[in-house]
Amino acid sequence: MAQTVAQPTATTPVVPAKLPLKAIAPWAVFFGILMLVLLYFVGAEQGATSVFNGTDVHEWVHDARHLLGFPCH
Amino acid sequence: MNSATVRNLLVRGMLAGLAAGVLALVVAYFLGEPAVDKAIGFEEAHSHEHEMEVVSRSLQSTAGLATGVLVYGVAFGGIAALAFCFALGRVGRFSPRATALLLSGCALVAVYVVPFLKYPANPPSVGSPDTIGKRTTLYFLMMLLSVLLAVAATLLGKRLAPRLGTWWATVGAVAAFVVVVALAYRFLPVVNEVPKDFPATLLWRFRLSALAVQSVLWGGFGLVFGELAERLLNPKPAEAASGRAVPAAH
Repeated sequence: MAQTVAQPTATTPVVPAKLPLKAIAPWAVFFGILMLVLLYFVGAEQGATSVFNGTDVHEWVHDARHLLGFPCH
Repeated sequence: MNSATVRNLLVRGMLAGLAAGVLALVVAYFLGEPAVDKAIGFEEAHSHEHEMEVVSRSLQSTAGLATGVLVYGVAFGGIAALAFCFALGRVGRFSPRATALLLSGCALVAVYVVPFLKYPANPPSVGSPDTIGKRTTLYFLMMLLSVLLAVAATLLGKRLAPRLGTWWATVGAVAAFVVVVALAYRFLPVVNEVPKDFPATLLWRFRLSALAVQSVLWGGFGLVFGELAERLLNPKPAEAASGRAVPAAH
């Protein structure tokens, strides 16, 4: 909180201020995992492994899986 | 303040990913779908068993395709925004906008192009269902390896920079990345399950369109997210721009 935001002056700052790792870490952990779960459902669910039974997820994203480069079937 | 900045960047990354996903969807629909349809035509002409259709082709090629591509865009947009938070001010003297575009370029190579060159995208009817487990494992392994190697190469470049200078440090880090990737290509198992009489031109067209989808996705993401990040981190771009707009008279 004590840190002040770098004020943009007439000459643009050469190197942008670093964001502290402590501020990034919680977001990276929670959202990183959430995003990876999303990617799993687009890319691999009901292909090599299944969380849900059936083939609905696989069939629904079938074309996207092929065109995004994931092994489909 | 800093945690709020990370949150704002994350939200912007996911929105930029969504926008890039829309662009990629256009490419996937107009370039990719014709090839997918032809490949399915080939599959039906060569197989005797008729599978029951769970989701109709018209839904798969529109709403289904859109779901997959947009979720992919949002998810990678979020991940890329988090990577951007780490990279900003740490990789070199780059503005937020330049950092974003550089990061997207590296992500395209590390997340897609490097795995693609070893295990390229396949249209329907290429690939035996019996080996899906092995192929999925190898693909994700290659992707993970490539991303980790790209991160390692970046750290290596940072290490070498004080001794070799930025230029040669970058050349050295990229060369090290290429050598290790080449070794991985050499020692990971080969997958070739293209049916004997599958049209070569169709395979080529499908793979090119898959590459185009990813190039547009990451290129679009870099430009959109870069702009959003620049505006968030360096406000008042109008003043700065007018201050530098002198050579426009030429």
